[in-house]
Amino acid sequence: MSHAVDLPLWIALIVAFFLLLGAGLALTGSIGLARLNSFYDRIHAPTLGSSWGLAGVVMASMIFFTALELRLVVHEIIVGIFITVTTPVTLMLLGRATLYRDRSEGNENAPESDILEDANDIGR
Amino acid sequence: MSRVLPYPLLSASLLVMWLLLNRFSLGHLVLGAVIALFAAQGLAALHPAKPRLRRWDLIPKLIGIVLYDIIRSNVAVSRIILQGKRRERRSGFITIPLDLRDNTGLAILAVIITSTPGTAWLDYNTSNGSLLIHVFDLVDESEWVELIKNRYEYLLMEIFE
Repeated sequence: MSHAVDLPLWIALIVAFFLLLGAGLALTGSIGLARLNSFYDRIHAPTLGSSWGLAGVVMASMIFFTALELRLVVHEIIVGIFITVTTPVTLMLLGRATLYRDRSEGNENAPESDILEDANDIGR
Repeated sequence: MSRVLPYPLLSASLLVMWLLLNRFSLGHLVLGAVIALFAAQGLAALHPAKPRLRRWDLIPKLIGIVLYDIIRSNVAVSRIILQGKRRERRSGFITIPLDLRDNTGLAILAVIITSTPGTAWLDYNTSNGSLLIHVFDLVDESEWVELIKNRYEYLLMEIFE
């Protein structure tokens, strides 16, 4: 078996389910990213795509290629692990940059904290 | 033993990754093993703090809890986004006093909080251990503090401290 046409119907249905689930969650995340109002709300939306949106597509890919090549294909898990582990780096960078800007501009929606004062003390 | 193999877990993971990316064969097993040993030596040259795992048996439980929570919050957040402005929603910041001090444990907590839609890790104060997170759908503040402290932090402290 090397063509997708030869795939049994029940496997094709499972693959389609996971693929649509993943793609649907990624789409929902993107809609949220475009429609939500504040920055802090918007950073939540793309995590839909990087959590189960990603997992859905990874599962679909693993099942599809395992069934197609008749051997266990699981290297997609590595993609999942690396995306999950590296997402916080970007997200924390964006979040902290916004927090810093909001605090130094004195915006009302930013929470007060002693962390900024600590940072200023070090700078002095 | 520890000079040749300073980070056994890292070397094993690298070897597994190498074998997953390439097809399994004796040649790739040898090549992957050599690469894994060299990479571990490279990391040892940087002298990072070595994390200690105290309770291996709790790791599957933590993974199970996190996967379940991620599914639950995926459903919750996509429902809110798709409902649009028809529903009143209040998002807000919470400060959580953490007792966890282990760096690896904190890193894993950051991954958990970030990959759960609806919560975002914003700031952590190393001097007093207070963590600032933003919650997408904030109904009860103490409920979130309880959730993170009892559900995740407790397990992470058992595993790492």
